[in-house]
Amino acid sequence: MPDTKQSRFVATAVAVTLGATTLAACGSSDDGTGARSGPAKLTYWTWTPGMDRVVDLWNEGPGKEQQITVTVKKQASGDTLVTKILTAHKAGQGPDLVQAEYQALPTLVSNDAVADISGEAGDAKEQFAEAVWQQTTLGSDAVYAIPQDVAPMMFFYREDLFEKHGLTVPTTWEEFADTARELKEKAPDLDLTTFSANDSGLFAGLAQQAGARWWTTEGQKWKVGIDDAATRKVADFWGGLVREGVIDNQPMYTPAWNKALDTGRQIAWVSAVWAPGTMATAAPDTAGRWKMAPLPQWSGDDTVTGSWGGSSTAVTTDSRHKAAAAKFATWLNTDREALAALAKNSGVYPAATNAQLSDAFSEPPGYFSNQPDFYTQAAAIAGTTAPSAWGPNVNVAYTTFKDAFAAAAKDRSDFGAALTKMQDDTVADLKKQGFEVAE
Amino acid sequence: MRDPRREPAGGVAAPAGRPPRARARSHGRGRGAPYLFLLPATVLFALFFALPIGYALWLSLHKVEVKGLGLGAGARAEVWAGVENHTAALTDSELLSGALRVLGYGAIVVPVMLGLALVFALMLDSEKVRGTRFTRLAIFLPYAVPGVVAALLWGFLYLPDVSPFHFVLDRLGMPQPDLLDGGPLYLALSNIAVWGGTGFNMIVIYTALRAIPAEVYEAARLDGATPLQTALRIKIPMVAPSLVLTFFFSIIATLQVFSEPTTLKPLTNSVSTTWSPLMKVYQDAFGKGDIHAAAAGAVLIAVATLLLSFGFLRAANSRTRQEEAR
Repeated sequence: MPDTKQSRFVATAVAVTLGATTLAACGSSDDGTGARSGPAKLTYWTWTPGMDRVVDLWNEGPGKEQQITVTVKKQASGDTLVTKILTAHKAGQGPDLVQAEYQALPTLVSNDAVADISGEAGDAKEQFAEAVWQQTTLGSDAVYAIPQDVAPMMFFYREDLFEKHGLTVPTTWEEFADTARELKEKAPDLDLTTFSANDSGLFAGLAQQAGARWWTTEGQKWKVGIDDAATRKVADFWGGLVREGVIDNQPMYTPAWNKALDTGRQIAWVSAVWAPGTMATAAPDTAGRWKMAPLPQWSGDDTVTGSWGGSSTAVTTDSRHKAAAAKFATWLNTDREALAALAKNSGVYPAATNAQLSDAFSEPPGYFSNQPDFYTQAAAIAGTTAPSAWGPNVNVAYTTFKDAFAAAAKDRSDFGAALTKMQDDTVADLKKQGFEVAE
Repeated sequence: MRDPRREPAGGVAAPAGRPPRARARSHGRGRGAPYLFLLPATVLFALFFALPIGYALWLSLHKVEVKGLGLGAGARAEVWAGVENHTAALTDSELLSGALRVLGYGAIVVPVMLGLALVFALMLDSEKVRGTRFTRLAIFLPYAVPGVVAALLWGFLYLPDVSPFHFVLDRLGMPQPDLLDGGPLYLALSNIAVWGGTGFNMIVIYTALRAIPAEVYEAARLDGATPLQTALRIKIPMVAPSLVLTFFFSIIATLQVFSEPTTLKPLTNSVSTTWSPLMKVYQDAFGKGDIHAAAAGAVLIAVATLLLSFGFLRAANSRTRQEEAR
């Protein structure tokens, strides 16, 4: 049937030509040029909800004066955004500004994706705590980002159920373990909390509190200390509790976990300052029955916490308006009005030290209306955050953590072995990439 | 030779008057036309098929090398790696155990799904069944549910603390199996695939059944064949090509399983981030940011899929030929 064949070819040809035209029509033209700070049109990749409203403040205020317009492009959070930024950078099509978690900065810097803005934004340093600022400099003279939010870790517990079961709020990890055992004895159906392996940031924060420094440099070599004594102490502690069966071993953020929090089957959660937002959706029925306390300590006289999350605003090397972008990043994270809007619209807990006690934080979060001094305490705790040490392949360590610790938690087996695997995989990946690694 | 019947009325349109030269020219133009028609398809094939595959191959043959601390500009360079990435993937125990897990999963999914599809199709085709239209739609409907939604839906039904099944079992005082762990996990995952895929395969087989001419059945009836015999001796052999086709599709779909385990992963400690080979590729690309290792993994999976599926097609074809020869 030559006729049909031919007409099919024609149809295909027409269809594909049309397709090609449409595709060509999608291509867009480029915006302005020039290295001066304005006029400039900037794009900003962020996952913060409500950021567009904060950016509107800039575009209508200081941005209008300086002719710097910022457009928000909403992104997914976490590791996928890092990959997306790196891919865009490879193609030379990166945005001007990106939101980056602190632990992702070394990866971005190592791929030459974010620019050194020490010239434009170095003065912002005084606004932040030393331990926070140091994460954006990677210990060098460069400044790779402006800190946006911090997430000091805290201990959240059901005040009514602690009272009912005659438990006291643990101030050390030893007391924490005893509390877990005591609860198991009094109410075998209940768990103090769970060990969840689906968010590596939690474990990283706990290790940070114990004094771990996972990535350090020795001359031109990286040193990986994931299985150092401090981290091993943390891993053995949680592994011991899971093996004893005094805490649960199921992952968090599941419907089952929500239910356990909401029905009081799990009565505490080691989390960070953003917990109220998560709890309001996970356990809406128990609002007002929870309280926040400082994280338990490794020794009685310590007051130190880790951080779980937190992010910064970085300027990309692809940006043709770095000065303008740095100006916006500084405004966003240090200006009173901007920080108040970030707190109100996006629930951002600011990295800027004096903003932590601003008017926006005079009231406790709705979920913790029973604890009027929530944010005063939070600011005090934030001041005790231990410094962190991130390296160029945090993503690899985090992925290995999820798989190795999930398996160990499931089998209630040795967490130490999982930690060794995490160390080995991270070192192997560094070597594979060509980094020199100090043994 | 002229066929008088084809002579148009009046006989004026006959090509007799055309000079031979003109005919040759028209032939020349005609020879170019197919290529002209082929051009858009060829260009698009090259642009959107050959080029990306070529790029993936190229990526898989390279790697990134870092100098010193790897901080700052120019610290990273893309260098030739040869088959280093491929051998690394082939010797990676995670990828291999992922492949084994998927084979185990496929060993449950493919026979169960196709078996059910065939049985349903035969039952629908049987003359005694009423309400075929409704039943057909009801069985087909899950196929219209997106895979991720299906996995979420079943995931919530599996999760002991929120599952209504577990609630009922609990009330009845019966043991409550954890479906998201160990061996039952394979059943749980297979169930999602079978639930979603049976309808589609049933429709394919059913359509083939409807195409069998009625005379064949009439002959069978006259020969005294029972409905069961008709099904086994006539219907199934006659829809064999459809069965081969559905088997072929199912193998490919099984090797590419990704969304179901990925969706169940946050619900349980038992599904790792590298549970299936494609999840490993995703993890390499987006978790570890190693696009070169991911490309190598993808190339290997593509080769394995091609070998398995076309190997099966060949085997099926040679069998059919043997049967024809017999």
